[in-house]
Formats: sequence, C-alpha cells, structure tokens
Amino acid sequence: MNDTPAAPLLDVRGLKVHFPVRRGPFGRVTGHVRAVDGVSLALRPGETLGLVGESGCGKTTLGRALARAVEPSAGRVLYDPGDGGDPWDVGALSRRGLRAYQRQVRVVFQDPFSSLNPRMTLLRIVGDPLKAHGLASGSELEDRVADMLTRVGLSSRYMRRYPHAFSGGERQRISIARALILGPRLVIADEPVSALDVSVRAQILNLLLELREQLNLTYLFISHDLSVVESVCDRVAVMYLGKVVETGPTSPLYAQPRHPYTEALLSAVPRPDPRLRGAGRRIRLADDLPDPARPPAGCSFHTRCQAAVDGVCDVPGRPPELAPAGEGRLTACHRATDLTLTGVPALGPAVEGA
Amino acid sequence: MTGLAAAPGAAGTTQTPEGPPTEKKGGAPPRDSASQWRLVWRRFRRHRLAMLGLAVTAALYLVAIFADFLAPFGTEHFDEDYPYAPPQTIQFDGGLHVDGYTTAVDNETYEQTFTTDPSQRIPVGFFVRGEEYRLLGLIPWDRHLFGPTEPGAPMYLLGADRTGHDLLSQLIHGTRVSMTIGLIGVVVAFVLGVVLGGLSGYLAGRADTVIQRVVEFFMSLPSLPLWLGLAAALPPEWGPLQRYFAISVVLALIGWTHLAREVRGRFLALREEQFVTAARLDGCGRRRVILGHMLPSVSSHLIAQLSLSVPAMILAETALSFLGLGLQAPVVSWGVLLQDAQNVRVLETAPWLMIPGLAVVVAVLALNFAGDGLRDAADPYRR
Amino acid sequence: MPPDLTTAPAAPRPAAPDHAPLLEIEGLKTHVDTPEGIVRAVDGAGFSVPRGKIVCLVGESGCGKSMTARSVLGLVEPPSRIVEGAIRWHRDGGESVDLAALDPRGEAMRAVRGREIAMVFQEPMAALSALHTIGDQVIEAIRLHLPLSREEAEERAVRLLTRVGIPRAAERLRSYSFQLSGGMCQRVMIAIALACDPALLIADEPTTALDVTTQARILDLLGDLQADTGMSVLFITHDLGVVAEIADEVVVMYLGTVVEHGPVDDIFHHPQHPYTRALLGSVPRLGTGPRQRLDTIRGTVPHPSERPEGCPFHPRCDVAVAGVCDRGEGPVEVALGASRGVRCVHAGAEGSAS
Repeated sequence: MNDTPAAPLLDVRGLKVHFPVRRGPFGRVTGHVRAVDGVSLALRPGETLGLVGESGCGKTTLGRALARAVEPSAGRVLYDPGDGGDPWDVGALSRRGLRAYQRQVRVVFQDPFSSLNPRMTLLRIVGDPLKAHGLASGSELEDRVADMLTRVGLSSRYMRRYPHAFSGGERQRISIARALILGPRLVIADEPVSALDVSVRAQILNLLLELREQLNLTYLFISHDLSVVESVCDRVAVMYLGKVVETGPTSPLYAQPRHPYTEALLSAVPRPDPRLRGAGRRIRLADDLPDPARPPAGCSFHTRCQAAVDGVCDVPGRPPELAPAGEGRLTACHRATDLTLTGVPALGPAVEGA
Repeated sequence: MTGLAAAPGAAGTTQTPEGPPTEKKGGAPPRDSASQWRLVWRRFRRHRLAMLGLAVTAALYLVAIFADFLAPFGTEHFDEDYPYAPPQTIQFDGGLHVDGYTTAVDNETYEQTFTTDPSQRIPVGFFVRGEEYRLLGLIPWDRHLFGPTEPGAPMYLLGADRTGHDLLSQLIHGTRVSMTIGLIGVVVAFVLGVVLGGLSGYLAGRADTVIQRVVEFFMSLPSLPLWLGLAAALPPEWGPLQRYFAISVVLALIGWTHLAREVRGRFLALREEQFVTAARLDGCGRRRVILGHMLPSVSSHLIAQLSLSVPAMILAETALSFLGLGLQAPVVSWGVLLQDAQNVRVLETAPWLMIPGLAVVVAVLALNFAGDGLRDAADPYRR
Repeated sequence: MPPDLTTAPAAPRPAAPDHAPLLEIEGLKTHVDTPEGIVRAVDGAGFSVPRGKIVCLVGESGCGKSMTARSVLGLVEPPSRIVEGAIRWHRDGGESVDLAALDPRGEAMRAVRGREIAMVFQEPMAALSALHTIGDQVIEAIRLHLPLSREEAEERAVRLLTRVGIPRAAERLRSYSFQLSGGMCQRVMIAIALACDPALLIADEPTTALDVTTQARILDLLGDLQADTGMSVLFITHDLGVVAEIADEVVVMYLGTVVEHGPVDDIFHHPQHPYTRALLGSVPRLGTGPRQRLDTIRGTVPHPSERPEGCPFHPRCDVAVAGVCDRGEGPVEVALGASRGVRCVHAGAEGSAS
C-alpha cells in the first residue's frame, strides 16, 4: 500500500477543510472557504516536515485538522501507532481512540500569550493534560511537571507562578512542556518562533532540535519563514491556496525549486548579508492573494505566475496534479518539465561563528 | 513518558536557559506569584470611589443583618397618638434626651399639629430594654442599640408616619428587604443568564441563533407594563413571604437577558483563544473546558456585572412597591415606605417621609461605584 | 509647488552647504512614568541620519527603537516624556531646529510632522480609517499641507497612488481600506506619507505584518522612492535580513542605547560590539542546509525597568569583564572612523569577527 520505504507515521490523503460562509439573520450558507482543498502528504517517523506558504494558504488549518482541532470535510488521515498494528483512520476514531490519538499527536501554538491560560499556574497548565488523561495526580504529577520544566530549560521553582510573569521565550518553553508532557510521537508546531525576538528565537529552535533527538520526535513545522524552515526541516511542503504545490527534501528544493511559486517565495526572502543584495533572479509576486472562497480556474497560481501560459494553466477543470519530479520530489505545475527555476545557492555548512 | 525519564536533566550542555524572572524588590509581594484575585483586589484598592462604594454597601448589609438590634422599635410598633410627628434632635445635658411633643389642634380643620417641646424631656439611652426579637433569627433578646429608657415613650428621630410608626425604625427594617430582594433576583437572573449565555456562546451555530432570538424577544418587551402585569397577576391571598419571592422572580425574568448577552460575548471571544483550543487538545472534555478553563476567565467580569445589576433590581422593586403593586404592608421596604410620600399635601406637612428615597439613592450609588471599580479591576492582566 | 514625484528621477535634493546630516540625535532620554517606577525606554541614544541615505534602526523588542522615532516626531505623550537630549533637524538652507525642545502640540512641530518628516506604521489596516475612502484620506493629507484645490489634490493623489504601485489608481480612490490587501494598504500609507514630499520618511516596522512576497515588493518600492526623490529614510526593524536588503547605514540599539552604528557592510562583515555579533550569529541564513544549530545569546532582553548597571548587555555578554562592564554608567562611544562608533570596552582592541 505504501510506496515510501519507511511506513509513514502520518499519511494524509486528499484532505479537505471547507468552512461555510454564513450570511443573513438565519445563517444561510452562501459558499465555502476552501482553507484546505485536497492535501496529500506523508510524514515519516523521525523527520521534520516544514509546511510553508503565505498567510491564508491554509497551513495553519491543515495543522489543526491533523490534530483534529477542526473537523476535516473530506479525505483520510492514517496514523501508524507504531505498535505493529494497523494504522488508525483518524477521521473514524471513537471518542477513546481520539483521546489516544491526541495523546500521541500534540500541538505547540504560535502565540505564546494567548495560548497559555492567564488564570492558571504553570503547574496546572503543564499538568492538566496528565490529569485530563488520568495519567498522574498529586505529587507524581508535580514531579513529572517539574521534570518536564527542567527539560525545556525552566526552573521547577516557578511551578506556582502565573504565565504573565514570564517573557515570550519562556512562555514558549511552557507551551512546549505542555505539548511534550504526554510523551507524544508527533508534534505539530504552528509558527512556534515567529512571535519571538531574534536572539530568543534561536534558543527555542535549538531546544526543539535537541528535544527531537532526545525523544525521537517527528515534527510538522508550520512557518512562513523560509530561512527558519531550512535550518530545522528535513523536508518541505509548499502550500498555496489550500493545496500543496511542491514537496521535497529541503536542500534540493531550496537549491532548485520545481514550482514557480517556490521560486518566488525563495527569491523574496531577505538575506542577512548586504553583499548578496541584488544577487540572483528577483521575482516579485503581485500583492493580492485570490479569494480562497473562489480560487482561480485551472492552476490556482496562474493569476500571479510569471511562467503561466494561456490555454494551458488556466483551463477550468484541469488543475495540475502533484507529480514526481525526481529526488523524491513532487510538484504540481503544468510546466514542470520545461521550466528551469533558480533557488538559493548553497553557502556551505557553516558561516564563520561570530 | 518513560522515554522522558530515561534522560534526566538532559537540558543539554549547550542549551542556554533564560534567566529566571527576577523577584522585584520592595515590600509588596512580587507580582509574579500573585493569583488572579489578589491582583484584582490590589487594583480595586487603588480605586477610591469604588472603595467608598464598597464600604457603604457593606455597612448597608450589616444594617440589614442586625436591623432588629439597630432599630429602636419593631415593625409592628406604632403610637396612634403621634401621627406625622416631626423629627426630634438628640440633646445632651449630663444625659441624653429628646424633647417631647405638644399638640395643637387647628380650629377650622381639626388637624393635629405637633411641635417639639423643650420643657418635656424623654431620656434616651444605649442598650435599652425594648421589644423582644430574635437576633439573626436565632437568639432571643430584648436589647436595642438605643431608644427611650422608658419603653413606650415617644421617640421619632426621623419623624413619624400617618399612623405613628417611627420612620427610622421602619427605614432600618426596610433595608433588609430592599437590599436582599435584589440579591435573590440577581441569583435567579445569574443562573438563567450564565447557563443560556454560556450555551449560546460555547455551542455557537444554531443553538446560539435560537437563544439570541429569545433574548431579543425578552429585551423588546417594555419592562414596566410587563412588571405591572405580572405583579397584578399575583394572587392577592398570597402572604408577604410568597409575594417577596414572586416579585424577585418577576424582576429576574427581565434582568437575565443582559447577563446572558455579556456571558455569550465573552464565551464567543474565548472560544477563539488558543488556550481553549489547547485545553481541548489536552484531552479535556466539554464540561472541563467550560468549567475549568473558560468560566474562571470570565468569573471576575461576571461578578462585576452582578454587582451592577443589584442596584437595577433595587430600583425596580422600589418602583413596583411605590406603585402599590410590589410588596405591601406589613412588609416594610423602602419602596413601601415611599408609598406614603405619594401625596403632595402630606409631603408639605411631613417632608421627612422622603427620606427612604435618599436611602435608595445612597444604596444604588454605592453599589454602582463598587461595581464599576470591580469591572475596571476585573482583568488584572490587561495593562 | 513641491517637486512632482511622477516626473521621474527628480533631481536629488541639493546637498546642504555644510554637509551636515539631516537629523542628529544626541544623548536622547525618553522616560515613561509607570506606577512601578520610571522606565528608561530611551536612555542616552545618539546617532545621525545623513541626507539621501537609508538608515536602519535595529534592535529587539524593548530596545527603544520605536520610542526614539516617536520622540523625533513629537509623538511622546504622558506618561512618557523626553527628559534630556537634542534632536537636531537641519533644513536645506542651513537652518536648524531642536525638535526635542519644541512643544509637541505647537505650530512649529506640526509644520515639521507630516510636512518635512512623515511616518509609516506597522499595521497599515489599523492606521487607515475604515470610514473614509482611501482617496479622501490621501487628498486630505495633501491639502493639509499644500495649498491645492480639491481637483489638483485629487490629480496628485492619483499620481501618488500610481507611483507607489497601485494599479488603476483613479478607480481605487473610491475604495475603502478593508477592500484592499495588507500590502496595498501599506502602499496607500506610503502614498500618504509622501504626499508632501518629506525630507525624511520614518518607517516603523512597515513590513513586519506582511508576507515575505509582499515585504519584498514594499522594500523594493521604498528603495526606488528613496533613489528617485533623494529623501532620507529612517527604517525601524528587528529583521536583520531586511536591514541587509535596504540599509546604507545601520544603528544597533539595545535597552535604550545605541551600542554600535556604521555602514551596512561594516556592521554585517566586521561587527565590533558583542551584541551585534551575537545577533548576527543567531539569524538562520538561507543556503546553509538543514539541522544546523544556531548561535544563541543567553538569557532574554530584560524589561527596560530592570536595566542592569554598567553596560546594559553585560549580563548576557560572553566577553564581559567583571568589575569593568558591570558598574557605572556603561562604556562611552568609541569612534572608529567618520561614521562608525561602538560602545564597548573592547572596541578597537579586538579584531573584527570575520
């Protein structure tokens, strides 16, 4: 059934999340926002998959749907529990099954301020998952919370404090502790560092990398920041208007993108070196993202694509499908074979340590 | 989790934990470890007017609790010989006393008028023996805080009404009913408002639509005619206690809608908070999410809202009773007392009958100030 | 009538006879009174903005960069106040004003604000009124400072909007801000800022709320506008990538003081201050490949109310000298060439980083 060498930890097939648009005093449904519109992905055990795209591309909704925080409208998600048994069909889980799934798949949220309940102490925030699952209580719970806090780099002495006493970086550590206390196998990290200061961001990224090694975690790393994604992720999936347009291992995908959208994204990333200013091809996309309730016909990117060809890319009912493009890569572009795209030249493994 | 425990202290050699949040120096306990309610209280204390309001409110409730002891006379006590007797002043000349009255009868109208007469002395003392009552409804006692040392002597510090009731005693006893009828009404309104508003906000969608239409229907009813209708429909044979509860329920039926809207708004906003999503993903069931995570976040707002709806209830009861449709004698409330002040001619001869109105104003203002302060202090994390 | 933006490459402003910088800030202290005590948001900051250059003010949250900009514009309101220092504004004719000494609400300040110095904010959606059309808002900005009729102002508004890259500008005059994307709103804000042809444009994190693709285009636009008009730009950002893309000169702030300033290439390739070096090390660079550890700065930026004694950076500094860096008022600025300065006891003594 699986054509990938290792059985995927999470196998997503044709997942859709459509939100109804309601109007009028009686909430009549007048349309749907196709936040996620037919996504297929495989997450292999132990890898970190980056999910990138502009705001509004559906990456956050996809993450929520995989954690079953929102209900998918269509498609299947298969989860391999790693006990040798059959994969679980996440959409069809019973209540108990769903609880077990949500123990193994945890989420780290973006906003370190709104994701922690201001009325609860650290002990309750981090310990509540254990309590809710009936895994620990009393002094055992406290010990495990203390252990977890130490592990994410916080002193367990602060267990009885409230989140408002902590800085953004420390709050994100708390958030990570809450996610990891249940001993998950997969962590969905939704923009975990984008609200943080530069110097603190590096600390949190390093912490995530360390925890992955120590705890054999698999990450789905959602971010709009392509340089952060490159430094953390083994593979990358690029999303546009609810669809995955390209996936592949990080280095080749960055060095030579196969989808014009990936190329445009990469060329827009500012490089922290004034000597690279103006180097490489500069591609500038039009500002306006199409309305996700009415995506363009054919390839949904054709309205902003510089390589779009009339009569090929804009034919209604003929969207490009994800197709193999060598090196374990997939791309959804009608012109994948006849385009040569430029990515980011490799700098070599290490810039001089400052 | 065993995997976690296998690598103790593995925070890493190169990892650089952030510095601990430093303890603030100074006398006050560090803000860091203070709980929600401590923070609310600290902010509330800085609000002078609110503190004053709270003090007055507390005093009024103390009066309500110890009314029997504080009032010189019971509610049943009256002296037909002294209709509309004017207020006396307490005087001191070695011992406390008030002046007695002399009567004059108008030759044409046969109207009796009273004037205080310094030649008569009615000695007054503290902890005097008077009518028997049960303190807090339990302890039988016959001492009053102050009163005429000789039981039955006329003492009308705030004047008397038509039948010679002591207005001061009536006012003190009325505090009990007026200040509590609002509370019971508010509790009923609170339960209705929180349950329906909470459901509306948490479930959203269709349930929300239905509940909101119901709320709008209730809000669109003109409240005074509705009260009047409901109050008039109460069976006349009902006793004072039954009437008391019935009236508070009538008041609550109107009052719950505002609370329901407030709760719904807060819940809708909270649903979008990431920590609520996080709680669901932590494995918390619906009940635990609502009661454990969402309700504590709105509780301080709810309490502020509650303290603001008590004065509305007091005013409503006063209005109903004033119109004669609410409580009726022998039950004493400020509104019932004000019934006597309906007649302009009576007010001309006995303006002191307006004093219960003053009590209403003081109570309502105090509760409003306290509620406002509480509302401002309710969110200690917004700076 | 001021030079027209649309008559392409307008002659650059005549250089001031004495080659004085456009804006000179010296020993600026802006403090905030809070119930907990005085917060020294800006604490002796000093730097200058030369004519016709883009100067980037970089720093993490709480470093006082925004407060510095607000001080320049006289937007400091109680409980904040300018305590000390000079903000010298040198007009073309050689005339100078100390903006710090002007009444923030006075006629003189209002003539400078909006007319000679304009500002663009971080949240374009919030900065535009949703009740008025964007045409009304641009025209109002023009007529506030220029004696033009409604028709002339409208004509100028269309030219301005076209110049900032808004397609079909004449039609868009009748749009409302909520009908435009974030990028478009930011373009409108820039058009409003440029309405009176200011000599200095202050841009406070103008691209932080935008997607990378939009950010790239806004940066291009600002660069082009600067080159065309010869105005100076004070660009405030926390993103070193953006700095490398756009800056001529860089000013690095930490806890209310300028720790280092100089030409962009020097700052990125020969950083002198340990903070600048650490900051550069903690930024992921495109092209270095996955799973790399980033250098971090230990600890977090302290709250400005808990400013350490001596050099503000010493508790986080790897080369801090005990007994020197942790007492007194902190190091004084060491000049390293005409437009370069560092506030560090090691300045000049240590070799450059690269």
